[in-house]
Amino acid sequence: MIPYILRRLASTVPVLGFVALFVFFLLRLTPGDPAILIAGDQATNAQIETIRETLGLNKPLVEQLVGWAGQIARGDLGRSVFSDMEVTRLIGLRIEPTAMLALVAIVMALVIALPLGTLAAIKAGSLVDRAVMAFAMLGFSSPVFIVAFFLVYVFALGLGWFPTQGYVPLSQGLWPCLNSLVLPGLALAMLYAALLARITRTALLEVLAEDYVRTAHAKGVQPGKVVIGHALKNAAIPIVTVVGVGIAALLGGVVVTETVFNIPGLGRLTTDAILRRDYPVVQGLILVFSVVYVLVNLLVDLSYALFDPRIRY
Amino acid sequence: MRIVTRRLALATAAIALTLAALPAMAQSVLKVRPFGDLRTLDPMTTSDYMVRNHGYMVYDTLFAQDSAGLIKPQMVESYTTSPDGLTWVFVLRDGLKFHDNTAVTSADVVASLKRWGERDGLGQQLMANTASLTATDPKTVTLVLKGKWGLVLDALGKPSSMLPVIMPARIAATPSNQNITDATGSGPFMLVKDEWSPGAKIVYAKAPMYVPRKEAPDGLSGGKVANVDRVEWQIMPDAQTALNALQAGEIDIFEEVPPDMIPLVKGNPKIKIGKLAALQGVFRMNQLQPPFNNQKLRQAMLRLIDQEQTLRAYVDDKALYTVCLSFYMCDSPYYTDAAYPKPDVAAAKKLVAESGYKGEKIVLLDATETALSPHTLVVAQMMRDIGLNVDYQAMDWGTLSSRRTSKNPVEQGGWSVFQSGPAAPDMTEPVGHLGLRSNCDKSWFGWPCDETIEKLRESFTTAPDLDARKAIAKQIQERAVETVPYVSVGQFWLVRGQQANLNGLLTAGVPVYWNVSKGK
Repeated sequence: MIPYILRRLASTVPVLGFVALFVFFLLRLTPGDPAILIAGDQATNAQIETIRETLGLNKPLVEQLVGWAGQIARGDLGRSVFSDMEVTRLIGLRIEPTAMLALVAIVMALVIALPLGTLAAIKAGSLVDRAVMAFAMLGFSSPVFIVAFFLVYVFALGLGWFPTQGYVPLSQGLWPCLNSLVLPGLALAMLYAALLARITRTALLEVLAEDYVRTAHAKGVQPGKVVIGHALKNAAIPIVTVVGVGIAALLGGVVVTETVFNIPGLGRLTTDAILRRDYPVVQGLILVFSVVYVLVNLLVDLSYALFDPRIRY
Repeated sequence: MRIVTRRLALATAAIALTLAALPAMAQSVLKVRPFGDLRTLDPMTTSDYMVRNHGYMVYDTLFAQDSAGLIKPQMVESYTTSPDGLTWVFVLRDGLKFHDNTAVTSADVVASLKRWGERDGLGQQLMANTASLTATDPKTVTLVLKGKWGLVLDALGKPSSMLPVIMPARIAATPSNQNITDATGSGPFMLVKDEWSPGAKIVYAKAPMYVPRKEAPDGLSGGKVANVDRVEWQIMPDAQTALNALQAGEIDIFEEVPPDMIPLVKGNPKIKIGKLAALQGVFRMNQLQPPFNNQKLRQAMLRLIDQEQTLRAYVDDKALYTVCLSFYMCDSPYYTDAAYPKPDVAAAKKLVAESGYKGEKIVLLDATETALSPHTLVVAQMMRDIGLNVDYQAMDWGTLSSRRTSKNPVEQGGWSVFQSGPAAPDMTEPVGHLGLRSNCDKSWFGWPCDETIEKLRESFTTAPDLDARKAIAKQIQERAVETVPYVSVGQFWLVRGQQANLNGLLTAGVPVYWNVSKGK
């Protein structure tokens, strides 16, 4: 397995190189100039040019690219052109809120989706199945920001159970942290839960029609044990694949959720950096997201062996 | 006995916990949602209003503007002027200290002003007219002018970007084309740099070494007493989120409540809505390219734009806007309505016909996330209604601010019109006025070019008294009505939402947080 992991990790290098190159040129082709935004509304052309020179933005593109590649090779993602902070530090400050939000959302989605999907599969064609699928349809087609504002209106402004916005760091206690993530986690989880519930139902329906399930029932194994112990485990591969693919969707949803709930995470950092044309920060973030995505896919592939012993690496 | 001991231990632990919690409980924190984010720490190098506001938190200035627009001593105890008006001697107040507890000396003042004078427009004029600026003794600064120049106090008490703040000489030694990174200041609050998380939070703590003036606060002048221990700027990009937070009591102040959200909190006894700062809407035309290189067409726009209509697109509340037929703010000492025409669509159509306009494309840039976007849509329709060929282009502010630097024809990525909303202090008097400057390449985007206006602006700086200055300001307006460097789309107020239990919040044209205290 270790040679496989090493091979997979090595194969990410050209992927990251391509992503870096793509992002670098995409940003430079986007209209906008960080020097102008730094200089402010009343700056003269001379002042803007001075800032551009200080930031090295007037160097030829190839020279800028080579400089950046050299930095990356040294593990240095550069400095923000606005705050002058190291990009690695800026990202480090924002990782915890996003990681916690993603974790809470995934746990909530699994807690909601697995029982509902399983129930729908067992009761296929019944009213329960239709209700679950209607819920899935609603969750899938409701924009994150609509769900978010609805949750805030009811549970924060109306009932006062949760804060309307903000993130409490883990260092201030697990419960306050989780309390601040209930509504954003739920808003983000809805889409994900809907997708997972549908996949769980479909995958489970296929497995429940298999001969070995019928045999288990014939042998008098308890129905719950058949579903959870035999069928669900065998339906796990497509579910885990969707969980992995869903991480990408989650990263997209995080941008909106973090904005609506004022969570200072990587999604907000990405939006701000794009709007300001803060090139080093955007480049650094995209690289980090790419690494996360590649690693999640690797973990998903490795997890197949856990559910299906026939798979070997 | 064991029970008693356990109870005693529990009681002791409870008292210890309470005592440990006391300092945290005693800390008063003012939570503010500012209108933007702090991008850099240097109020001398950028005209960004958030950086200016940060400057007012952390630094003090030699002079400051009061609520009547008059310049008052701030860090200065007293000053004298020679009979010929060429030599100015400023004496600093006793006890002034920087946040590192070192004394503020005249050497710091000289270094700070020289750095500011390299970047700010008015500062550059002051330095160009300065023969010498020296530290006579630790508390005295002497400024000797080359010739008579009437804006010394206006420059040193300049209320808006870029601010003539006083910083330690060691920091002011930073070249003016580089941003400072050390925010050791001279003002009522200190930046808690460890807690600064760009895009998320900026924290200021009360500066215990700051010695406020004895007078009551008045505008940006007077006693700057920090009545709260901490001020936290919590960056919230989404206005609805900020409004929710204000309603739930999670923040104390919401700067720039969008006008369409005001009805949502009106009638809520816990929330007050107040005026934050006045702006002037500016319709800025590119005078280097057709069709607005044509003076007649610019004059047509001056008669076409009906401020009442455009302002109501921003906010449907007469208390929050002012129809002001002047290039100067209506509450400016230089306000005049001389020669400024009333809206007249027929006259505008006639001028369009006289201009020889042949349907050239007019590229109108609109940053849709700004307050002025509704104005822009209304103006675009007004222009279409009189037969102008408007190409409305929606974009974000980042794209607009880059695009407007282009001097190319519209077919090559250029532009014809954009709208902006400079703050009142930048639209008050002819020299610092952003829109009236007509010094060609050196003027603001749009690059109006007029020798007469420039000569009048120059004469304004040497005018002997206020009446003479007013007369020159009037002449400038009369000339600008002919050349039309821009069209005012009216004056409007940015609105602030606040918890009703806040006391002492100042309306100073700039959001400042000294003098504010929190009641129950």
